[in-house]
Order: sequence, then C-alpha cells, then structure tokens
Amino acid sequence: MERNIRVVTAKLGLDIHWRGVYLVSQFLKEAGMDVIYLGNKFPEQIVEAAMEEDADVVGLSTLCGNHLTLGPKVVELLREKGMDHVRVFMGGVMAPKDARKLEQEHGIVKVYLPDTPMQTIVDGIRDSVVELTGIPKKAM
Amino acid sequence: MVSVDELVAASLAGDKYAMSRLISLVEREDPHAPDILQAIYPYSGNAYRIGVTGPPGAGKSTLVNRLVQAFCKDGYAVGVIAVDPSSPFSGGALLGDRVRFKAKTEGMDCFFRSMSAGRALGGLARATRDAARVMDASGRQVIILETVGVGQSEMDIAKAADTVVVMLTPESGDDMQAMKAGLMEIADLFAVNKSDRPGADAAVQTIEGMLSRTSRETDWQPRVYMISAALNNGVRELYDGIWDHHGFLGLENRMGERRKARIRTELKTLMMAEFSKRLWEDPAHNRGLETALEKVWQREIDPGNAARETVGRWFSGTEIDDSIAGQ
Repeated sequence: MERNIRVVTAKLGLDIHWRGVYLVSQFLKEAGMDVIYLGNKFPEQIVEAAMEEDADVVGLSTLCGNHLTLGPKVVELLREKGMDHVRVFMGGVMAPKDARKLEQEHGIVKVYLPDTPMQTIVDGIRDSVVELTGIPKKAM
Repeated sequence: MVSVDELVAASLAGDKYAMSRLISLVEREDPHAPDILQAIYPYSGNAYRIGVTGPPGAGKSTLVNRLVQAFCKDGYAVGVIAVDPSSPFSGGALLGDRVRFKAKTEGMDCFFRSMSAGRALGGLARATRDAARVMDASGRQVIILETVGVGQSEMDIAKAADTVVVMLTPESGDDMQAMKAGLMEIADLFAVNKSDRPGADAAVQTIEGMLSRTSRETDWQPRVYMISAALNNGVRELYDGIWDHHGFLGLENRMGERRKARIRTELKTLMMAEFSKRLWEDPAHNRGLETALEKVWQREIDPGNAARETVGRWFSGTEIDDSIAGQ
C-alpha cells in the first residue's frame, strides 16, 4: 500500500547553520513526504525520535565538522535498536573524501554536498525506501 | 519482519517501538488495523486524555513540553500526539512540534508522536483516536493531544479529550476568534500565554466576561490562567488546575458519562459511514439516485422532496419495482 514517506530531519549536535536543513525539509514536504523536524539534537535523541515517529529516513545536516563522529553514531544506535531499515542521509559541508568514507564505511546511504540539486535529494530518498513504502521508483 | 500479533503483544507490554509501528498501521488504515484495534481495545480506557488547542503560534508545543515535564516528574507515563497541518497540494507535511520538545531527563517516561492532518484516511479524528487507544492500551497513563484549534476536525479531537485546555495570546484579537470558532464552549481551562506581554489582563477579563454568557454542557466553571510557557510562569497553577478538573470528573461518575457520550457520537458516525457504504454498494440504490436526478433535472420535483420520496421507498421495500417501472 502506498503511503507518505516519514523523514526525521535534524541539525546534528550543536551546529547552528539551519538554513540548509529548513530548505531541504520544505522541499521534501513539497514532494509529499511527512517531515518531522527536530531542531538541534544529539544522536541518542535523534534515534529516539526516529523510533517514536516510525521514521523511514533520517536526514542529518551538519556544517561544523562533527560529521565523522556523530554521523556514524546515529547509524550504530539505530542498529543497536534493531532499526536497520531506517535509511540515514547526510548533508552539509565536508571534504569529499569524508563523504565517501561515511558512505562506504559507516552505513550512510548518501552524503549530499553543497550545490546538489534538490530533485537529486528527493529522488535519492524516494528510491531508497521503495520496498518500505510501496511508492514506485521514478521512471528513468 | 515481525508479525502483527508479536507487535501487539510487545506493545501491550509497553515496548515503545512496537507501539510506534502499531500507530503507523492504524493511522494509515492498514488491512491489519481492524485486528489490531480489536486486540488492544479491551486494554484501553485507563488513560487520562488532555486536549491542548489554540491558534497557530499560541505556544501549544512549548506548553505541552512543560506539562510533559510536570506529569513525568510526578511519575506518570505520558504520551503525546501532536497534529500539524499538511500541504493541500503535495499531501506532505512539515511537523515541527518536536523542536520545542526538550531533552528528556533520567527517569522521564514519555512517548511523542507527530501526526499530519492531511492524509489520515477516514478523518483526522479517527486517526488520533485510534493512535491514542494504542498508547492507552500500552500503558500511557496521561495522553496529551495537541492540535491547532481552527478546523472542525481539529476541534473534534480536542472534544474527544477528558479535559480541554484552550490557549490564547494577548494582542492578537484571539478573544474574538475564540468566540467565532466555538472554542469557548469546549474549553475546561483557558491559558492566556505570553502573559508578560501587554494586554494580557484585558484578554483575561474579556474571556471571563464571555464565559459568563456562554452556555455549557456541564456545571464546571472554566478557569482562566495567565501563563508564560516559555518562561515557565504560571504553568504549575495550570497543571494543578488540570488535576482539579480531573478531580471534578471523578465525582458522580462524570468522567464515565462524558466518555460514554463521546463513544455514542463515535459509534453514530461510524454507523452512518458503514450504512452509507453499504447503501451505495447496491446497484438498485444507484438506479434510484439516477431516476431521482432525472426528475429533479426536468424540474418535476425539488431535490429535498425527491430525496425524501426515494429513501422512503427504499425503506418500505418498493424501490425495485419502481426503478424498473421508471426505465
């Protein structure tokens, strides 16, 4: 059965650069998703929110250099709670090699760096949860 | 994949993730939803439900955060259902009530769920009611329902609570809005928030003045509290006031009567829906509709009389002959 994708978005840790995550959250809403915006939260609170909200996707925004420590922590905590199906995405400013490391070694589905077209993010999230939500992939 | 039966058992035992999964299933009217509700219903009915409603920006989320802290501090397991509007164009929603939700301290037992007002099939009131039942059966002792008090369906949610708190703010013309929107009739307690701002006293006076001229269904006299949720002023008094109303409901079985009246309304609504669904499944009734439509279109009969006549014939069991005769 087709349903809205539930996305939990948060500013990771104490990073205050919120404009990006606001924009992305708005676009995801316009793409028909239910976006639960948390504000500034730490991995434990983010995972708890994902659990209570039955999220399909967690979106983490960070521009302050905590991506390699707090980002993987979210994935680890989700696994500990048996919530492996929750897809974790990140966005923000970081070295491209760090982004690759997060994707290849730490279970982050995709890191979106600056200048990523909004539609790429929407499609990336939608395609990652096809089997959870029954929403078909975008025709190529 | 965990089976629905396992989810129900885990949720009834208080497992929060199982509860969360069940809420999703009943909210979106999954094929399993009727079984889930049947399984949990006998265990529900123990939670004390509080509705918090008011115009956008009144400070509902901030107050709910304070109330949750207070209830948890007193040792209650709390559930929150926060409803936010959705986009009429995309069906998506940006649910921001958790932003005001501060970190839980050790020992706080709270479960917070955001809900979009948009795509909840079969009505928002049904979705929140069913979600609250899942929480109730899973051991939440206090359930707070937070909604924007603007639309009829949002008001219905608040009305379904045992105690209704209506939030208003000074200097925004809210008192007039409240009169228009019918918030006066459903409030058990008023919270005038942002009371550090000018005009708070006047707002309180206006509300109290209006209250004396509003007819109500119980003999409870609603109280007006001046609070500042952000600064945590007056929240304690409001919290005590909520418990006073709880005490009032406890006397003379008022709580039971109130809940039974709500269930009567719910049953009536559900029966109407079921009746209407069955009615239009029958092709004879659809033919009756078309026949009536033609007569009304030809100006032979007006819509009101056509409806009375057609339904009258259905009830007397003569519609079959007539619809054949009409062809």
